Amino acid sequence: MRLCRALVCALVLALPAVAIAQPPAQQPPPAQGEFVPLSQVPPNEQIPAFTLVAVAYGFVWVVLIGYVWTVSQRLQKVERELSNLDRRGA
Amino acid sequence: MKAFLRVAWLVVRKDLTVEIRSLEILSTTVFFAVTVVLVFSFGLIKEGRAPEDVAAAILWIAMAFAGTLALGRTFDRERQNETLRALLLAPADRPALYAGKLLGMLFLLALVEVLLVLLVGLLFQAPVFSSPALLIALLVSGSLGFASVGTLFAAMLVRARSRDVLLPILLYPITVPVMIAGVRGTAALFQAAPDEVMARFWLALLLFFDAVFVTLALWTFEPLMTD
Amino acid sequence: MSRIKAILVMVAAMFVAAPWIINAAPYESTMGLVQKIFYFHMPSAFLFLISAIVSGVYSAMFLFGKKPPSDWKALAAAELALVFGTITLVTGPLWARKAWGLWWVWDARLTSSLLLWMIFAAYLLLRRYGGPGSDKLGAGMALFGMANVPFIYVSVNYWRTLHPQTSVVPTLPVSMGGPLWFCFAALLLFFLTMMSLRVRLERQRAALERYYLSEDNP
Repeated sequence: MRLCRALVCALVLALPAVAIAQPPAQQPPPAQGEFVPLSQVPPNEQIPAFTLVAVAYGFVWVVLIGYVWTVSQRLQKVERELSNLDRRGA
Repeated sequence: MKAFLRVAWLVVRKDLTVEIRSLEILSTTVFFAVTVVLVFSFGLIKEGRAPEDVAAAILWIAMAFAGTLALGRTFDRERQNETLRALLLAPADRPALYAGKLLGMLFLLALVEVLLVLLVGLLFQAPVFSSPALLIALLVSGSLGFASVGTLFAAMLVRARSRDVLLPILLYPITVPVMIAGVRGTAALFQAAPDEVMARFWLALLLFFDAVFVTLALWTFEPLMTD
Repeated sequence: MSRIKAILVMVAAMFVAAPWIINAAPYESTMGLVQKIFYFHMPSAFLFLISAIVSGVYSAMFLFGKKPPSDWKALAAAELALVFGTITLVTGPLWARKAWGLWWVWDARLTSSLLLWMIFAAYLLLRRYGGPGSDKLGAGMALFGMANVPFIYVSVNYWRTLHPQTSVVPTLPVSMGGPLWFCFAALLLFFLTMMSLRVRLERQRAALERYYLSEDNP
């Protein structure tokens, strides 16, 4: 019974591998040899500058606020515990 | 000074004696280094040809990986046999203990590297005998830089949790200059026309790194190992 | 504590105001709008370096002076170094994507910053998962990290310049000084207040531990 289950598991896991292992239909495009200066990047690959600036600004906010939040959370937890002990003990 | 050297030598002799009896760390480290070379070869060689400078890179990477494992296992053996406490209780200068451990590790790395150089020369047709003095100097100073930081960190971490993965996490960023200098210098020597000037520049950087970090390690070994 | 909160509110207000102030600055000729990221990127990079140095100095003081407050300050500065480093390493590529057409280049400054960031990430991992005694180990690690900075810079520099150069970080024209100093002031205030807050957290944790220890051993 266990052997049966093991065989079924092995088959199920092997199936996707068999499906993927078809030879590639066409050659992938040749890799970029070196970087391309901005003026030569085709228009459809350019990202609008405003998006980048907005994402950067938003990321800075997220990181700074996130850090303040984690520190204040930890601080509140510790101070709560301390005041509990103070009330109980002293 | 004499006492320092005597203690260091005693520690080296102890480690060598223990190792010679079982050869455990040496044989497994050597074999692991060979495995690393093979794995990287399979990853990097395309149509039977290796990319440029890959021989030098694989040599140093294998040294770094094998060295990390050897460091962990050397200090693990101390911890398991509880000899570390005995060492620390001994009336010996702590930095001398560190120097002894460092010399033992260098000896082990030297043996591994001899094999690695020959292997890399064989597998990648690298001209390892073109400038032997410079190559040896690069390997010695690079191993010294790597081992000096590694011995200190491994000793520091011997009682820490998660020490197996923390050692490489801490060690690799600090020893990146050693890797860069070692690989670039060795690659300069392995070129068709060996660039000895370049190799000497990287060697100078390695020697400077060694001087600074061995000093730093000797200085901080005492405060770091006191409990 | 309320003073810290007040300063934080002010910092937040400065950040909200920042886009308008940055917008008033002249456009940079070759890069246009995306160069505005620079006003956050450069102060962050600068404070990354400052936090790193502060952490290293306090680590050395802790190793040789053995006073816990030095360790708390070293830890706080290390966390802040990671915060500013993350900001620098994310805003940089966002800017680079537009200015150089690439997300990442292996240039000397970027690579050195990445390595320094990794050193501090390793430091924090050690503090978190290393178990007892990791305060001293971390101090050693931070000290080695600091000693390494010149080596990282020199070796990465020569590793890069012996290959063809891909790009150069532009030099700063004077007319953009105003918004830059504004952002720098805001981030510096953030650094100082968060250091103070974070050190307070460590101090309270130590008090808590002392409490528990005294309960166990009356």
